[in-house]
Amino acid sequence: MDHIIYADNAATTPVDARVVEAMTPYFSQCYGNPSSIFYSVGAAAGEALAAARASVAKSLGCEPAEVFFTSCGTEADNWAIKGTAHRLAAKGKKHLITSCIEHHAVLHSMRALEKDGFSVTYLPVDSQGFVRPADVEAAIRPDTALVSIMFANNEIGTVEPVQEIAAVCRRRGVWFHTDAVQAAGALPIHFKDMGFDMLSLSAHKFNGPKGVGALLVRRGVLPDIFMDGGGQERGRRAGTENVAGIVGLAKALELAVASLPQKAEKLAALRDAVQRHVQTMPHVHINGPADPARRLPGLLNVSFEGAESESILLFLDMAGICASSGSACASGSLDPSHVLLSIGLSHAVANCSLRLSFGVQNTPEDAQAICRALTDSVAEVRRRSAIYSE
Amino acid sequence: MYSEKVMDHFAHPRNVGEIPDADGVGEVGNAKCGDVMKMFLKIDGNVITDVKFKTFGCGAAIATSSMATELIKGKSIDEALQLTNKAVVEALDGLPPVKLHCSVLAEQAVKAALADYYRRQGVDPEPIVGKLDDDVHGEGAACGV
Repeated sequence: MDHIIYADNAATTPVDARVVEAMTPYFSQCYGNPSSIFYSVGAAAGEALAAARASVAKSLGCEPAEVFFTSCGTEADNWAIKGTAHRLAAKGKKHLITSCIEHHAVLHSMRALEKDGFSVTYLPVDSQGFVRPADVEAAIRPDTALVSIMFANNEIGTVEPVQEIAAVCRRRGVWFHTDAVQAAGALPIHFKDMGFDMLSLSAHKFNGPKGVGALLVRRGVLPDIFMDGGGQERGRRAGTENVAGIVGLAKALELAVASLPQKAEKLAALRDAVQRHVQTMPHVHINGPADPARRLPGLLNVSFEGAESESILLFLDMAGICASSGSACASGSLDPSHVLLSIGLSHAVANCSLRLSFGVQNTPEDAQAICRALTDSVAEVRRRSAIYSE
Repeated sequence: MYSEKVMDHFAHPRNVGEIPDADGVGEVGNAKCGDVMKMFLKIDGNVITDVKFKTFGCGAAIATSSMATELIKGKSIDEALQLTNKAVVEALDGLPPVKLHCSVLAEQAVKAALADYYRRQGVDPEPIVGKLDDDVHGEGAACGV
């Protein structure tokens, strides 16, 4: 393949060259253990770690002491949810609230807690994927320990009213966690001003490396210790730090935050160009918020009636285009996406959905090539389809 | 993910289309589960002289439909009745385990079309074709809806 058009940036992103450059010294030069502060290679690593923590705090509007590095976004979600549940169970709080369109890192953490005797409320969403803050308020009980609602949805891009929900939780004295894995580096976030208690993020979604994430935890909020061992991460998440990865996370976040409005404008232009094109095709539905301002800037989820997702993906791949299906079929499970079903799509339409997610490396030419390939691919898949007629 | 053979049949499927004056038409699967296969047969005497398909489904669903049509075209009804999903999979140089149900669907589509042919002749198809499984998806717990 001479030229690949990568339009699956909600899955992961390429690492920015400046991030690689910032990380490089921490593999073989400043390789010391950050806890070994009495010699220079250790001290240098320790200083890099402190600088990265301060940088992340600055990028997201929190205190450095509120930043806890993890191995990924999933770990941060698991920690926030299970750590809170186990901490507050002692006080008799054994109820949690979330939405039915969360990432599996959240949903499966909740399911695991249910098996341990906790009760969980899964809030519905409307046809655009929005959680209603009033529903959150109504679901809060005296024994509610935590509300966890994602900042932005990874499949349909819905940006949830997390600030309003955080305010409801604060007023009712319930901790609020937001999975901001898709939002960090894509949308403006101020941890303190937005009133969050915990926030998860992952570096590889904003042109940082894989294998590193963070959980922001407001001072005074204390989920259980995640990993017992040494004193790393204030004794709450033991294990020698992934220094190079953490440096990379901080650098990538700095770069993304510094160019946030320009990045958003660029990605939205690509998304909207492809959206306008697909809307000229017959029997097409755009999934997610109708108002593009309430959707992740680079994300387009669309259903092509009668054209099964995986078949479209295979044709796009032959044209050098990487996209993803709204249905999880291509990734091995044959059940359609829980998100698409939650917004009211039938199984048949959910099975015909495609997610395109743009990144900083994409160009207007990429968008044009995607439009051309979509026209051809969808037409060919429909020509063979047993359930499509013009 | 797929063998070269599967990709060849996906990219260039054989016998796509419909036969307006078909002698037997079979449809299996459902859109809910993500696959619908429709098989059209033209039968002269005891020979399948033409076969076409239309499939809504993944790459494996298209490839297994296409391969099944190739394996029965020009064959006798008796030979077509011997077609197994295993033969389809082997002819495609294998399928990923989660996609094996597509080959079952292809076998069922051929049988459903032959059953329809017998019904049109006023013959009870069950003793000849066997009982058709209404829910092919039940077996592999592939869809579960």
